[in-house]
Amino acid sequence: MIGVLSYLVFFATLASILAIAVLGLNLQWGNTGLFNGGVAAFFGAGAYVTLILGGQPQDEHLGDFALPYLLALAGGIAAAALLAWIVGRLTLKLRHDYLAIATFGVAVAFENVMRNAEWLTGGAKGLRGFERPLRDLLGDGLTYNIAFLTVVLVALVLVYGVLQRLAASPFGRLLRAIREDEDAARSLGKMPARIRLTAFVTGSGIMGLAGGLYGSFYAFVSPQDVLPTLTFQIWAMLIVGGAGNNRGAIAGAFLIWGAWTASGWALSRFAPVEAQLYTGSIQFILIGLVIVGMLLWRPQGLFPERLVVSQSGKPGH
Amino acid sequence: MIQSLADGILVGAVLSLGAIGLTMVMHMLRFANFAHAELLTIGAYAALVFDRVFQGVNATLGVKLAPLTLTGSLVVAMVIAMAITGASAVLIDRLVFRRVREKGGELSMVFASFGVALIVRNVIGLIFGLHTELYSKGIAFAVVVSRDPLLLIKPDQVFVLAATLVIMLVLHLVLSRTTLGYALRAVAENPSLAQVNGIPLKRMIVLIWVIGGGLAAVAGIFYGLTNHLSPVMGRDLVLPIFAAAIVGGIGSIYGAALGGMIVGIASSLALLILPSGYSPSVPFLIILAVLLVRPNGLFGEVRA
Repeated sequence: MIGVLSYLVFFATLASILAIAVLGLNLQWGNTGLFNGGVAAFFGAGAYVTLILGGQPQDEHLGDFALPYLLALAGGIAAAALLAWIVGRLTLKLRHDYLAIATFGVAVAFENVMRNAEWLTGGAKGLRGFERPLRDLLGDGLTYNIAFLTVVLVALVLVYGVLQRLAASPFGRLLRAIREDEDAARSLGKMPARIRLTAFVTGSGIMGLAGGLYGSFYAFVSPQDVLPTLTFQIWAMLIVGGAGNNRGAIAGAFLIWGAWTASGWALSRFAPVEAQLYTGSIQFILIGLVIVGMLLWRPQGLFPERLVVSQSGKPGH
Repeated sequence: MIQSLADGILVGAVLSLGAIGLTMVMHMLRFANFAHAELLTIGAYAALVFDRVFQGVNATLGVKLAPLTLTGSLVVAMVIAMAITGASAVLIDRLVFRRVREKGGELSMVFASFGVALIVRNVIGLIFGLHTELYSKGIAFAVVVSRDPLLLIKPDQVFVLAATLVIMLVLHLVLSRTTLGYALRAVAENPSLAQVNGIPLKRMIVLIWVIGGGLAAVAGIFYGLTNHLSPVMGRDLVLPIFAAAIVGGIGSIYGAALGGMIVGIASSLALLILPSGYSPSVPFLIILAVLLVRPNGLFGEVRA
């Protein structure tokens, strides 16, 4: 019973962390129509910088700052936002697909640098030396994990609330206007490039928050955590959930993460031993099929965006 | 230095062939096709299969054309692989891209292309195994061209470079001297206007995929000949090929050819300064540099 409960807590923690990242992507892709091919890099920037800033002194790599946890997490968010700002400044004024290529490139380069820069990140062995916050008080067991899940859920609800408010605000209307018809928005005196950059940086900062929480949960991060797989998983979550719908994004995160872990478990349990090497390939094919299948047969996702008329024409409303 | 330059030109030849097809598709269908590099993998493995088949049927075909490690069977297999890859590209377009295109949304196409890339790459991994393969088990000995500065070149490399140049010349002649080439360029320039002038758009799209797929197959085979085959070669080549297309300017075929060379040489020279572990990051740095200095590439036009 305790085993099932602790697994559920573990599962819910990871799914909620990923849901935060999906919400960040929804702001970019769902609300603003920006393609982010490098979710893993922004997630990873959050994780690495949080652990470096909050970690204890290390001989092998950087990480002797031992900042208070919230400050370290804020640093992680800022690092992801900064990375997004640099890429966004260079690409957001160009053709849409330049952003796709550049962000994809960021993810490749980020993983590559994390793997090679041992003095900075510990290289392929990963980044160690981080103490989970409040560990003295709560220990390492189920109590800690439940407390951590609570924190993650609070963060998820906060991000969701802010994004819902944002989507309903004039700024959210502006984002949708730019997504639907950039020229029309510009003709009304709006500045699409600047607005898009704001949305891109904010969304990436949210991914950085997710990454920071992920890194703190494991108290460890390695290049294995920032592979392109993560980007594909997060996309699948948003596409399945429904781009433009924040509740759909969260539902998609739980659904896809559930399907991913279940398929991994089923393959490791029932597939013949000689096929075990290929479980990864089979899971990738499944996620590819989910993305392509959704785009072909239900591009609006399971929970489509509800388009609202934000101001009705009638007076007195 | 000279050695790096020579190696870079060679890698560049493979990238150029891949980038030409990519830039044509990106220009005409207006989406960044992240599945393009998987066409290289399809071509390389198709050639591997038919190479083995022909050698099994007729052993004399398996004799190496000295001093190359290339065999007669591989040459025949290459032609078949080009056809198969072209057909696969058309099939993928029919099954996925055309249907997503009709629903609208350029960026949905980009998502779809990632999905297709994942499926193709991992299906090939399931069929052929995750290990690397070689066309020929024989060791290709490099020829010392010059001792000071030291320059070693394998005969295969010379063949690859020469063949690439011939293919580009043929493509250039087709594009500049035939009605078909004229129609292709017209469609790339302005699809609606080309249609008004009686150019069948759908047939041109098929043709673009066939040409792009065929060139990708050759690039994949040349990569396999000078390096090795692996199911993830597409994953490793996709960013350099995009970099080549961006350097040349999207839509420019000559730009893509030159861009491939530039990316190949720059990546190779960069290794003189950077530790070799960082080589996958170099194409990204090139992309950033181009976007900073000349966002539309060397030969690209401004387009929204």
